[in-house]
Amino acid sequence: MKTNDIILQTATKVVLFLIVLFSVHIFFAGHYTPGGGFVGGLLTSGAIVLLLLAFDMKTVSKILPVNYIHMIAVGLLFAIGTGAGALLFNVPFLTHAFGHIDLPVLGDTSLHTATLFDLGVFLVVVGVTMTIIQTIGEDE
Amino acid sequence: MSLLHLAIISPFLLAILVPIAYKLFRQIHTGWFVLPLPILLFSYFISYLSITSNQQSVTKSFSWIPALGIDFTAKVDGLGLLFALLITGIGSLVVLYSIYYLDKNKEKLNTFYVYLLLFMGAMLGVVLSDNLIVLYTFWEFTSFSSFLLIGYWYHREKSRYGAQKSMIITVFGGLSMLGGIILLYLMTGTFSISEIIAGSDEIFSHSLFVPALLCFLLGAFTKSAQFPFHIWLPDAMEAPTPVSAYLHSATMVKAGIYLVARMSPVFAEHPLWLWLIAGFGITTLFWGSFSAVKQTDLKAILTFSTVSQLGMIMSLLGIGAAALHFETVDDSYFTVATTAAVFHLINHATFKGSLFMVAGIVDHETGTRDIRKLGGLMNFMPITFTLAIIGTFSMAGLPPFNGFLSKEMFFTGMVRVLEMDIFNLDTWGFLFPVLAWVASVFTFIYSMILVFKTFTGKFQPEQLEKKPHEAPIGMLISPIILASLVIIIGFFPNIISNTLISPAQAAIMPVEGYVYDTHIYFWHGFTPELFMTLGVITLGILLFVTLPKWRRVYDFFPEKLALNRFYDSMLEVSQRASFNLTRLYMNGFIRTYLVYIFSFFIVALAATLVLKDAFKFDTSDVATIHYAEVLLALVIAAASISILFVKSRMTSIILLGAVGYTVSLFFVIFRAPDLALTQLVIETISVSLFLLAFYHLPKLRHEERMGFKMTNALISVGVGAIVTMIALSAHSNKMFPSIAQYYVENTYKEAAGKNMVNVILVDFRGFDTMFEITVLGIAALGIFAMIKLRLEGGKKNENK
Repeated sequence: MKTNDIILQTATKVVLFLIVLFSVHIFFAGHYTPGGGFVGGLLTSGAIVLLLLAFDMKTVSKILPVNYIHMIAVGLLFAIGTGAGALLFNVPFLTHAFGHIDLPVLGDTSLHTATLFDLGVFLVVVGVTMTIIQTIGEDE
Repeated sequence: MSLLHLAIISPFLLAILVPIAYKLFRQIHTGWFVLPLPILLFSYFISYLSITSNQQSVTKSFSWIPALGIDFTAKVDGLGLLFALLITGIGSLVVLYSIYYLDKNKEKLNTFYVYLLLFMGAMLGVVLSDNLIVLYTFWEFTSFSSFLLIGYWYHREKSRYGAQKSMIITVFGGLSMLGGIILLYLMTGTFSISEIIAGSDEIFSHSLFVPALLCFLLGAFTKSAQFPFHIWLPDAMEAPTPVSAYLHSATMVKAGIYLVARMSPVFAEHPLWLWLIAGFGITTLFWGSFSAVKQTDLKAILTFSTVSQLGMIMSLLGIGAAALHFETVDDSYFTVATTAAVFHLINHATFKGSLFMVAGIVDHETGTRDIRKLGGLMNFMPITFTLAIIGTFSMAGLPPFNGFLSKEMFFTGMVRVLEMDIFNLDTWGFLFPVLAWVASVFTFIYSMILVFKTFTGKFQPEQLEKKPHEAPIGMLISPIILASLVIIIGFFPNIISNTLISPAQAAIMPVEGYVYDTHIYFWHGFTPELFMTLGVITLGILLFVTLPKWRRVYDFFPEKLALNRFYDSMLEVSQRASFNLTRLYMNGFIRTYLVYIFSFFIVALAATLVLKDAFKFDTSDVATIHYAEVLLALVIAAASISILFVKSRMTSIILLGAVGYTVSLFFVIFRAPDLALTQLVIETISVSLFLLAFYHLPKLRHEERMGFKMTNALISVGVGAIVTMIALSAHSNKMFPSIAQYYVENTYKEAAGKNMVNVILVDFRGFDTMFEITVLGIAALGIFAMIKLRLEGGKKNENK
């Protein structure tokens, strides 16, 4: 499926970054305002799907040489690792911790282990969506 | 977690490191990394001897799943320690032997040692757990690692066959044992073996007692290759010889014996226990030794011999149970059978281990194990020959080796059956010494075949693949150590009598306040046992010499044993039946599957609604409906109904998308921005997914719609109605106070978040999310596998 839609391609080049940025925002904002790893992951996958529609499968896998199956595994490791990490502090599995830390540049920032867990969710969602779309798309 | 627990799981931990060592140090044989562990463990367990030889035990508990009464309680007593020493001791020797047996350049050593370590850990777990569930878990692990090791050379058809056979039979027994464990739990309310033993008097007359006993015996008999379940063991010989020496002669097959010994205090009072164990044991002893004589493969002879010796130990344990019914337990008159069982268990491990290694050496150095091709190897392999002589003579029960002592004791135990007057032993009991004697004659014959057909006679160099020569020293060390033990125990049996045998016996037949004291004498005087041995030797030599004349006896038995044929046909029938059954309803069309799923959905939910009288429609707390909502509902309805009438697939997909987007508008109206956002993106992605899949759908002829189908119409209306009814009832039935308020109050306090939905997802119900993403991952892998790993041609069936 080689498409050659100039308008779509040009628009994609700009919109793509907006969507990805938005998804990153949504991901981090999730704890306080609507969003989170799941939606963030879906948005990122949506961006990649847009890329797929505008260009073709081969080009996209050249631009983003990511093995999505590995991405699923890494995501799961993040989620389970965050959960298991709690065991090291002698609290039940999946107990989250949070606190405020002064970071350079960013200033007073609240940090949560929940974010790490959510990052796992994010990665799994992107990995799963893209694995499915890629395998079905590549199939002749 | 104590050092003892660490010792049990240390093989598992090392198993993780082995592949890394294999990758990093290809030039060093991986076995060298593994070898220190069993040696270390052996010396560690030796240190427990001082405790157990006083017939005491050590218990270390580690809480695992306390809510279910499952604790990883490790208990070292005489019996457990004896096995632990066997496992680690023989394990060290086998690992050493395997270093020379397996070529580091040709074999996949990483997997081999991982499996071997898995087995070692699992077996230690079996013999040192006091909790039945933990024991069962490790038990299945041994079956599992045995399966992997038998199938180690998986490119051979016979290896795969043998692996599968051993798996099916031993796991069948294992599951039955699990049944027995659960029955015991129902009776006693505990999984702890010590507690069950303490309360065993109360369960004796329980109606579940006999079923539990039978379940346990099934587990023990399958694992220890008792007749008629012994058929898996000969096929298990496809494993590399170190594995045969380790798992299939010295340790794993003795797990069944361990189980019988361990559970003896619970069950042994029952006559069924005695009769079944002694009966099956003696049958196995006879059948095994009888079948061994006709084998032509060295390893096959050894296997049938193992089967027969396992039967012998089993029968001794059975007869030993009779001692509980006599007052005279302390003069060890009837307990001699149990003593003999433990003693022979040790002896068997020594001589059979060394013989397997000898067989491995012969195979390794000549390229064949067929005794018809071998012969005259004495001159080429003098050390191996000597080792073989020691092993086989001990196996045949000749002095001065340890096998002689335990065989004498075995005869003593069997002869004393004649004096027992319980459970009808006075009528049928005479069969035991008779069968024992006949089996010993056959044992003598195959032992002689093993050594003389291989090492003496005519040398046939043209039949051999390689030019025979003595094995490298590394390969000889292990059998030499074992053979030395054969001699040492033969001459000085009392060095193990009160350190290993009595403590083990104390665990098998605990008597309050009584300390077992065992003495093994070389010379008993002119007892019936001595004459039995002399008879065995005389008749054995006679029959060995005249073997070619009476060998035809075996022609009366079909070449393929009837039992094996039964197993094969059972496997084939069940495979075919399940294939046919599956084909009845799995026709390959998704629409058929959807019909099943939705029909079930309707029946199950409608039945629940009716039976529970759950349908309720209550409008008292409903908000007023706005025009916008009515409008959206109309759009959804219109879009869904139009799907039924549009002609092209493309339009259907777009209409379906319209439904989805409208739903997300609903979320916006109801102020659920999270849901709205998610629904919106999901809809977008699924529409593009649809378009991708669309490309693969078969072309519709003339873009025509499918005709009206009554069944499908009914099902779709049914699903819609049920879902609506459930939605209405779910709103109207308030069975519990809403949890919403809890989240409202605690989201910020407990989790420092303001977005309740997300906090629930990642924190309050993080477990759910974790498993959900796991399921997602599995689904993606499933789709990937289905599409990428399709069989060539697409329609090939793997059953064909």
